[in-house]
Amino acid sequence: MKPAATPSLPEPASRRAGWRRGRVSHQLPQCWLAILTLFCGIFLSSAAPAKTNAWELVQGRGVLRWGNDAEGGAPYIFHAPDHPEILTGFEVDLANEIAGRLKLRSEFVQGNWDMLVPTLRQGGSIDIIIAGLERTPENQAKVAMSRPYYFFAQQLVVRAGTPPVSGLAGMRGKKIGVLSGTASQRLAEAEPGVEVKVYQDNVNYFRDLEVGRLDAVLTDTPIARAYLSGNTKLIPAGPPFARGAYAIAVRHDEASLLELLNPLIASMLSDGTLERIYTKYGLWNDDQPRLADWKDEGQVGEQHRSALREWSTYLPLLLKAAVTTVWVTCGGMVVAVVWGLVLALARLEGPRPVRWAAIAYIEVFRGTPLLLQIYFLYFGLAQQFGLRLPAGVAAIVSLGLNYAANEAENYRAGLQAVPRGQSEAAAALGMSRALALRRVLLPQALRIALPSITNDFIAMFKDSSIVSVIALVELTKQYQIRAIDTGDYVGLGLMTAGIYFVMSYAASLGARQLERKLRHDPR
Amino acid sequence: MIHVDALTKRFGTLTVLDGIDHRQAEAEAVVLIGPSGCGKSTFLRCLNQLESHDSGRITIDGVTLDAGARLDRETQRRLRMQSGMVFQQFHLFPHRTALENVMEGPLHVLKLSKAEAEARAHELLKKVGLSDRAHFHPSQLSGGQQQRVAIARALAMQPRVMLFDEPTSALDPEVRGEVLAVLHELREEGMTMLIITHEMEFAHDFADRVLFFEGGHVVESGPPKQVLSDPVHARTREFLRRVRPRH
Repeated sequence: MKPAATPSLPEPASRRAGWRRGRVSHQLPQCWLAILTLFCGIFLSSAAPAKTNAWELVQGRGVLRWGNDAEGGAPYIFHAPDHPEILTGFEVDLANEIAGRLKLRSEFVQGNWDMLVPTLRQGGSIDIIIAGLERTPENQAKVAMSRPYYFFAQQLVVRAGTPPVSGLAGMRGKKIGVLSGTASQRLAEAEPGVEVKVYQDNVNYFRDLEVGRLDAVLTDTPIARAYLSGNTKLIPAGPPFARGAYAIAVRHDEASLLELLNPLIASMLSDGTLERIYTKYGLWNDDQPRLADWKDEGQVGEQHRSALREWSTYLPLLLKAAVTTVWVTCGGMVVAVVWGLVLALARLEGPRPVRWAAIAYIEVFRGTPLLLQIYFLYFGLAQQFGLRLPAGVAAIVSLGLNYAANEAENYRAGLQAVPRGQSEAAAALGMSRALALRRVLLPQALRIALPSITNDFIAMFKDSSIVSVIALVELTKQYQIRAIDTGDYVGLGLMTAGIYFVMSYAASLGARQLERKLRHDPR
Repeated sequence: MIHVDALTKRFGTLTVLDGIDHRQAEAEAVVLIGPSGCGKSTFLRCLNQLESHDSGRITIDGVTLDAGARLDRETQRRLRMQSGMVFQQFHLFPHRTALENVMEGPLHVLKLSKAEAEARAHELLKKVGLSDRAHFHPSQLSGGQQQRVAIARALAMQPRVMLFDEPTSALDPEVRGEVLAVLHELREEGMTMLIITHEMEFAHDFADRVLFFEGGHVVESGPPKQVLSDPVHARTREFLRRVRPRH
């Protein structure tokens, strides 16, 4: 359980390298080519990968490549506070010990926590995952898992001073933060009447709990223990419950590696190595000796799931997330269109200081990443000024403020394209500047700017996926969650792309209708 | 009706109007002629305050605007309301119908009721012969029709003076007549008018007085017969020779 401790800014930005506010391109041939490629992909994926002797391959390389997320945080894997260049943590010690006993060099491979399982399954870059991965049937359907190396449990965390709560059942009507794809999420979502907010990392939900956006956090005992030590604002609520087990993951077609790893874990337990490592991080407790009693109840075989075949389960989930996409986009566009107009008028008509302020605003908002602006608005304002915007509001406002800079430029282009004679004709009729703008110039400028504005509206449908970083599950996030869950990137991808296409196409039809209606040449 | 004293207008270091004095009686039709760049267009734009003058005084029917360090916006607005302006390129509002173009000023500047503004607009469109085009957009009208709508739009503000800046120059010769006919009708009604034109025949038939502008000065002023047929100044003669080579 341990994704990014600190939001890693550059990563999502680079993942969205092609993310650009943009003109809608009419590249139909490429579009069909892409669809064709996707279908080819479906057929190819059904071909079974060749069985290999995994151990020989690993031994041949002389390196054990293990995946984890170094952004994760204490106590799994983290940069030593006094030596930031050194990675430490109980899973680092564990991996080094295992590699040592196998006479291999230990090589840590960095990956985003929620992408580790897909990366392992894809093959090629990591051999095993040691990353607080739960030994659950769901995970075992995707990867083969070793015997447990640690028993954890669920811990409810609340603000200090909160009246005592009796477990999850006492949280009805309250907001609980959980980590995406964890046992905590499953438990919280199964509890009726609890509002669950899903996070992608295990630091921001604690921050949101501290500032009051959440009523509680449900998380694994090691995370709670590490975060609460030295923290006076948050306290554990009630005893830990719902025990689970962390285990090492390997590919299903390399499950033979487990025949080496399982005895190794057992011997590390019996010779006291595990106790020594866990004690070092304050993690050894009365649960752990029972690791020795663990009995394998049989491996769960690899399961290939097809979201297309189970469309009646997944399509409603995606559609529900699409509703979030729609209201975030529409709300953001309303803010952008109104605020953009104010900016454009300030820039073109205002006295000099106002003009400069508008130009500065436009350049700053166009010149910095939208992601940064969202973090600033959602986390920054709460931290610095105690202004706690709800996620939905923060999403709409940040999209709106960002796009307003663009819309301001669209309006400006429109206003500057209106012939000068129009202002003169209005002035000659005795109109004030404000009246001339309202009655004569803006109506014409709007018609000129409309195609660019509607283009931005369609672009925002896609850009709105970025708001998933503040615990809003919109369409792309839902796709990501479900694709990781099922492993069916293609089927879900086709459904998701279909929904995006329908939304964008409906928006462009609406825009064209509006343009036709507003055209002043009725012929 | 119009009283201009020592009107001066500069664009940067260029003096476009250099101390113009002008008196014009009510119902008098004055035509301005002169080479391009002579300042006649700027003179009209100063009267309407599309350009503010640098020094001098403009009075139209009792409203006086002095050039000063600080522009008196309220007086400027009142002076502007005394005159109606018609442009060479019409400058109709393309997003509104002919009727709406004419209603725009009365409705939003004079704050007439919609019914009053509409009645006035219909009456004026009838006057310029375009009752059947009331609901057409400018793009559906010919140049001559557009210019007649523009005249109706200016008249709707009930100005004391009408200013025309080359009203027929952008028009095909065969439709100029319909615009000139409207001008003649206004003259019959006793409208005080200032018209810039290059059509010497029209100037000859129409004007009570012709002013010849050059270099920011009024070089010659008098009845059309005198200025156009027997000018006193050599420069006027030269200008007329260029625009009317056959004379």
